[in-house]
Amino acid sequence: MPRSFSRDDVRAIARLARLELSEAELELFARQLTGILEYADQVRDVDTAGVAGVSAAGTGAPMRDDEVQPSIPRDDILRQAPGTAGSGFFKVPRVLS
Amino acid sequence: MYESVIGLEIHAQLLTQSKIFCGCSTRTGDPPNTHVCPVCLGLPGALPVLNRRAVELAAQAAIALGCTIHPTSVFARKNYFYPDLPKGYQISQYDRPLATGGSLQIATGGLAREIGLIRVHLEEDAGKSLHEGFPDSDRFARVDFNRSGVPLIEIVSRPELHSAAEAAEFFSRLRSILVAIGASDGNMEEGSLRCDANVSVRPGGATAMGVKTEIKNLNSFRYVQRALEFELERQTAVLEDGGRVIHETRLWDPAANRTHPMRSKEAADDYRYFPEPDLPPLRIEDAWIERLRASLPELPDARRRRFVASYGLPEYDAGVLTASPALASYFEATAAAAGNAKAASNWIMGELLGLLNERGIGIERAPIAPSALADLIRLVDSGTISGPTAKAVFAAMYTSGRGARAIVDAEGLARVDDEALIARTVAGVLAANERAVRQYHEGKRQTFGFLVGQVMTAMQGRANTEIVNRLVRRALEEGPA
Repeated sequence: MPRSFSRDDVRAIARLARLELSEAELELFARQLTGILEYADQVRDVDTAGVAGVSAAGTGAPMRDDEVQPSIPRDDILRQAPGTAGSGFFKVPRVLS
Repeated sequence: MYESVIGLEIHAQLLTQSKIFCGCSTRTGDPPNTHVCPVCLGLPGALPVLNRRAVELAAQAAIALGCTIHPTSVFARKNYFYPDLPKGYQISQYDRPLATGGSLQIATGGLAREIGLIRVHLEEDAGKSLHEGFPDSDRFARVDFNRSGVPLIEIVSRPELHSAAEAAEFFSRLRSILVAIGASDGNMEEGSLRCDANVSVRPGGATAMGVKTEIKNLNSFRYVQRALEFELERQTAVLEDGGRVIHETRLWDPAANRTHPMRSKEAADDYRYFPEPDLPPLRIEDAWIERLRASLPELPDARRRRFVASYGLPEYDAGVLTASPALASYFEATAAAAGNAKAASNWIMGELLGLLNERGIGIERAPIAPSALADLIRLVDSGTISGPTAKAVFAAMYTSGRGARAIVDAEGLARVDDEALIARTVAGVLAANERAVRQYHEGKRQTFGFLVGQVMTAMQGRANTEIVNRLVRRALEEGPA
């Protein structure tokens, strides 16, 4: 990772996230992201020798039994969609060229 | 000369009732979007909870493949945009997969080789996009999320396969194992088992890898073989013409029998993987692994070796009979009930599979039960019916579902051992075939077989051949010269 974010780095990230940013926003976010990176560097500099690692939960991911639970009625779900095809599908703009 | 280098990535749907992170059903064939909920639709605030059975099946697959299962593995988000991926990321595993290492033995051209595995990891499937087939498909696509969140394992081989035939054999062996342990149904038509291949060629003797392409959509053994044959030939031709292979994803088009470019990979994919914050690391204790190991059924390879060793079957027969667990079990049940493994193997591989394959029926739905086939074998072994009669009885059993004994009794097919009856028939046949009898006495001894055949025909093939042989010979020797 770079020690600071350039406008090109921000532009690349924005492209992956399908975001369109103005030149002013590129500048602003490059500065803010660099700030976050500097904070992370500070955390990394803390002497943690002798401190055991911890992760989210010591016991690991909770698990459920393999039992089927009721799904949501299709009409209720499709009512939330911006587009449906009338045949039970979600409808989206064509993706293949 | 160019050398082929192939690695496979195989996705198998795990045989669970419910999805990997929610309780929606995994059943296929239902109307679109009937097995969906906030979790598998990626609605804000929904949280995934891991399905224990999915972990167990994945771990059993890893054990069967000789992998090292890691006590801690980590789920990660693979971020990309596509309409059938509602969260905008797929929950997968990245730098800390469930299992690594392991191998799978293949045998092509009589040569056995171990193909190394890189990893086995758990992930969720995406939904299904329908791009074509509707009046407005030029402008819209349709999405069905029933498949979204169905549990998968991804199995990645080392690039150690060197021909299309080896790759097809690897895929086939892997499927047999996954089906045998009940981890997957291996149904390729329904997409339960899918294969992608990384393919490159390099000059013989070179150690550096050539530029590879990734071939998608290889959902049958035949497609794996044909697609790789095409692609290896294509790449070799490009290099021989002084060109260079482009790093890209290509799609196999079975109708056109060729691969064609799908998208360039020159700019490497950037999935921005990061640990899934909604799921703590997956921890698997040794005791759990040992329980899963202990509950694994016999693997196809071991079963094949046992069929050779304990039933005395030829390698080839053992290979055919262990191709599916159901077939192997059918054979074992028949052999045990009949007390004759060789006969069981012959009937199953010959008559039974012949009829089933002709009609496209799986062994699970064979109209003759193992115990019924065993009854038929015992009737032959006890001399109650002759070999040719047995084939007719088998055909009648297959179409009518009746038992061998019932058919033999009803049709009067039992072997005739009555010497007086056979002797009368022999006398009649000899009298009717004076010319053949004369030729026999003139030294043309092959007419003996002809006369035996005539007697058998006269007795509808049911006479005891031994007695017929003896009586025909005696009649000829005793008769007038």
